[in-house]
Amino acid sequence: MAECHPVGFRWVMAAKERGATIIHVDPRFTRTSAVADLHVPIRAGSDIAFLGGIIRYVLEGERYFQDYVVHYTNAPVLISEEFRDTEDLDGLFSGWDLDKGRYDPSSWQYEGEEVGPSEGQEVYTGQPYSERGTQSRAECFDVTLQHPRCVFQILKRHFSRYTPEVVEEVCGVPRDLFLRVAETLAANSGREKTSAFCYSVGWTQHSVGVQSIRTAAILQLLLGNIGRPGGGILALRGHASIQGSTDIPTLYDILPGYLAMPKAGRDSTFAEYLEANQAKAGWWTEFAKYAVSLLKAWFGDEARADNDWGYGFLPLISGDHSHMTTVTAMADGGVKGYFVMGENPTVGSMHGALHRAAMRQLDWLVVRDFAVTETADFWRDAPEIERGEVRPDEIGTEVFFFPCAAHTEKEGSFTNTHRLLQWRHKAVDPPAKCRSELHFAWHLGTRLRHLYKGSTDPKDRGLLALTWDYPLEGPHEEPSAEAVLAEISGFRVADRAPVDGFTELADDGSTACGCWIYSGVYKDGVNQAARRKPGREQSWVAREWGWAWPVNRHILYNRASADPEGRPWSDRKRYVWWDEENKRWTGEDEPDFLLERPPSYRVPDGAQGLDTIGGADPFVLQADGRGWLFAPNGLQDGPLPTHYEPQESIVANPLYGQQCNPARMEWRRRDNPYHRAWGDPRFPYVLSTYRLTEHHTAGAMSRWLTWLSELQPEMFCEISPELAREKGLMNGGWATITTARGEIEARVLVTERVPPLRIRGRTIHQIGLPYHWGSKGRSRGDAANELIGFVADPNVSIQESKALTGTIQAGRRSRGRRVVTSGPLVPRLGSDDRRDLPAVAARPVDRHDVAHPRTSRPTPREEA
Amino acid sequence: MGAVGFFTDTTICIGCKACEVACKEWNQLPDDGFHFTGMSYDNTGHLGASTWRHVSFVERPVPLSGQQTGLGSFSWLLMSDVCKHCQRAGCLEACPTGAILRTEFDSVYVQPDVCNGCGYCVVSCPFGVIDRREDDGRAWKCTLCYDRLKGGMEPACAKACPTDSILFGDLDELKDHAGARLTRLHEHGLTEAYLYGADAAGQPGTEGLNAFFLLVDRPEVYNLPPDPVAPTKTAGQAWGAMALAVAGMAAAAIGAVLSVGRNEQDHV
Repeated sequence: MAECHPVGFRWVMAAKERGATIIHVDPRFTRTSAVADLHVPIRAGSDIAFLGGIIRYVLEGERYFQDYVVHYTNAPVLISEEFRDTEDLDGLFSGWDLDKGRYDPSSWQYEGEEVGPSEGQEVYTGQPYSERGTQSRAECFDVTLQHPRCVFQILKRHFSRYTPEVVEEVCGVPRDLFLRVAETLAANSGREKTSAFCYSVGWTQHSVGVQSIRTAAILQLLLGNIGRPGGGILALRGHASIQGSTDIPTLYDILPGYLAMPKAGRDSTFAEYLEANQAKAGWWTEFAKYAVSLLKAWFGDEARADNDWGYGFLPLISGDHSHMTTVTAMADGGVKGYFVMGENPTVGSMHGALHRAAMRQLDWLVVRDFAVTETADFWRDAPEIERGEVRPDEIGTEVFFFPCAAHTEKEGSFTNTHRLLQWRHKAVDPPAKCRSELHFAWHLGTRLRHLYKGSTDPKDRGLLALTWDYPLEGPHEEPSAEAVLAEISGFRVADRAPVDGFTELADDGSTACGCWIYSGVYKDGVNQAARRKPGREQSWVAREWGWAWPVNRHILYNRASADPEGRPWSDRKRYVWWDEENKRWTGEDEPDFLLERPPSYRVPDGAQGLDTIGGADPFVLQADGRGWLFAPNGLQDGPLPTHYEPQESIVANPLYGQQCNPARMEWRRRDNPYHRAWGDPRFPYVLSTYRLTEHHTAGAMSRWLTWLSELQPEMFCEISPELAREKGLMNGGWATITTARGEIEARVLVTERVPPLRIRGRTIHQIGLPYHWGSKGRSRGDAANELIGFVADPNVSIQESKALTGTIQAGRRSRGRRVVTSGPLVPRLGSDDRRDLPAVAARPVDRHDVAHPRTSRPTPREEA
Repeated sequence: MGAVGFFTDTTICIGCKACEVACKEWNQLPDDGFHFTGMSYDNTGHLGASTWRHVSFVERPVPLSGQQTGLGSFSWLLMSDVCKHCQRAGCLEACPTGAILRTEFDSVYVQPDVCNGCGYCVVSCPFGVIDRREDDGRAWKCTLCYDRLKGGMEPACAKACPTDSILFGDLDELKDHAGARLTRLHEHGLTEAYLYGADAAGQPGTEGLNAFFLLVDRPEVYNLPPDPVAPTKTAGQAWGAMALAVAGMAAAAIGAVLSVGRNEQDHV
């Protein structure tokens, strides 16, 4: 966190000053470790085993927060008799569908509940199973937590083998160090104290990424650290406003405010869309209000009751269109055009060579950035071009480069990890023809609308129906960012009066709102995100600085900060409570609850809508109002987290016959070869990538600046003195790092900070690779991501770039081939099917791929 | 405004180098060239004409009290170094042109329009801070952001420091703060912590630093001199020694003449 979020780390240091214990778990000793109380080196890719070990410690030692667990989590809920755990099936949960090659979650359901997705309903890999319409409340409980099929006992059995000895064996973490972490966390949680988890892509960029976070969520629920001050799980995002770009998404499968994207074959009509997404209980029963208000914001007068609010204008998704699937489809000639904005995928994304091969198949490419990036120049500046394996004059892609305005040169908001929107005023005008994204998108839209004017083709109706009327400012006709914010915040259609928040939204077309969770950010016609009252001049929650979604609430699910009767768990941790005198919830923050719902309220039979939220059910977005230790639906890879090895590992899975996440996404292609599951003699070391404080992601923002470039002037790798001796590597000298995908060179930094780990008597070496460099800019070097293959988590399609295998040699890279897209880099070994149990190995290869029309040379596929 | 300065608390430095960059940006300093040094995360090496704040990264095989790591006996010391604005400033006293002066903020400031690049100051700084720039020959160092102070703003490095490892303020208040911080660290078991250059008693050779530090290992570990002395501090001694030498040489010369005379007489 100190490395990549130094400004936010200010508060960690402030907490330390006030007596907090800082624990840092990382393969490397970083700037964060330097000031932590406890640093735990860990084998990259073993986080679930480590956290699972702490869960076991908390359960076996009865260190959980009993009252919180019984009342606020689904620990007492009974699960279907059909459920089988990974402990029973050697690493698989029940429900593996042989034909489809994925899980059917029907055996994971609460007892007495109707089962999961209906037949014939298409669910794409890369999308959660979560069909909100199928969620309902639990029927069967055991509040003594003794029933063998209650979640608590299932959890206990599931993690029973994650002992300190197993943690040591899997993670390479010595027992005493592990136990100190577990004890510190347990001792620092409960009524009087809370602990917070901060994580970043070190947890997420794995084929088990989502389940890593799930493990932390289970632990925090057991310890009572959710919805309470000083608790929580904080996702440290990789750029300014990455949080904002999921809230108002740049993702293919959600609409603003986490409304589902309509799916072809199921959501043909608005009624069907609502049926699939409007929950029967909990806050998502309000779904229709948010969906209708969104359509009103987008289509204005063209959204009417008689045309289902213009629902038919929306495109339907027909399959998985996540990043890697799109890029492989592009490589196979199935994508014509590509917009790259605020991204430099040939450096910042995995497998740069495959990205370049894909872009060579495009008709056109648009890049908007500060400077010509490696992505924009892929056609004349790349390893395969340098070697003459690909000739620029054979590439037909037309490239358009647009210079863009920097963040100081345009208005807008950033949404940070705390869901806090902070308005950014323009300091100076952008130079020359540099323009903002808002300018680009609006003017592009305007031109397209002009081109399609008069079209009667049904597919063009949405484009022509859009409200596209933001006021323009200045000589360059810059659309008003505040006007966009006002639309996002929402208004009454009749008089355009701003709404106060999403509780005012309606499903009758009388309100418009561009993103329901942001509703109220323009309350009273005031840009709430632009407020900057200093912390010392207001309450400690500082609700007058910026604006936190939803409704300026700083802690989500904060009903959990009070006991079931509505009293604070302790005076020290009081936050939100029931005011019996005034009959309403009150506190330091905006209560995350129905303000007038008393703690004593019990849900009557046949309740509908918000009446389904009980007075002691803090997790209002869940149909059952409880925090999920066990997730009966919503996940592709199981209701509980389980330790699986990365796609490429140096060890066999010590816990299960199933080596890897059975539901992981693979792309088995000649241009995306994988190493052996484990013990590949060609690739004996663990590689992990990361960022440095001195540079920003793919470098377009930092490698052109001398003041930053001089601080980290060259690509380097970090290795231990032991590995340096073993491989004859000299500090400050050169090394070549190779995988089956690519080969790069880097300077060598020999340091004690990347320690070898001892696992089952073996020494495990890890190699650290910052990924900032590319061939452009003042500071240039090879891109670490050339080494990484396409493998992904099945829930959110995130790549596995934090744990893979590779090898290292002294000296600069060879004159030979450096990218696998030009042909094999390393000798092939025989087939390797040890990743999966036989039942899993038989899955269809292309299950997540989308059929695209192939317009040019297809790349031959490699069989599994 | 009275005497102001920096208190740099290395125990809360996270090595982000924001100070180094903020200094270069505000003062529009050139880069030092792009050199991968292989010395931990330090690629700018040391303070100089174009680096007025510099962050040191010391990987040492010694544990830090209160810290536990799976690496065993290891810790990483991070420290942002700067011109000390000594009470007894060697550079100022060596400057023959009057280019270096003490400001109303009690800081030591080089006037670039007066400096003739003689370089006497460079050899007179016991910390090796001030240096001449190759391209223009003049001597440069931290100005304590004199221009910002005149505008009522704190120096750029202190402003940019996210953890307040670099504190700027009234020198007496900083010393009180540093004393209290030291006591607290000692109470928490970091007994190796101490203040470097906080007063004349602790560092007579400089008579105290207006930019002083909280360190947890010997000064040499941070590339700081253990006992810095402004050369002029020993000027009296030097004059005495020189007088003695002159007298000695004179005596020897006279003696030689006399002895030659005697020898000549002997030969006559």
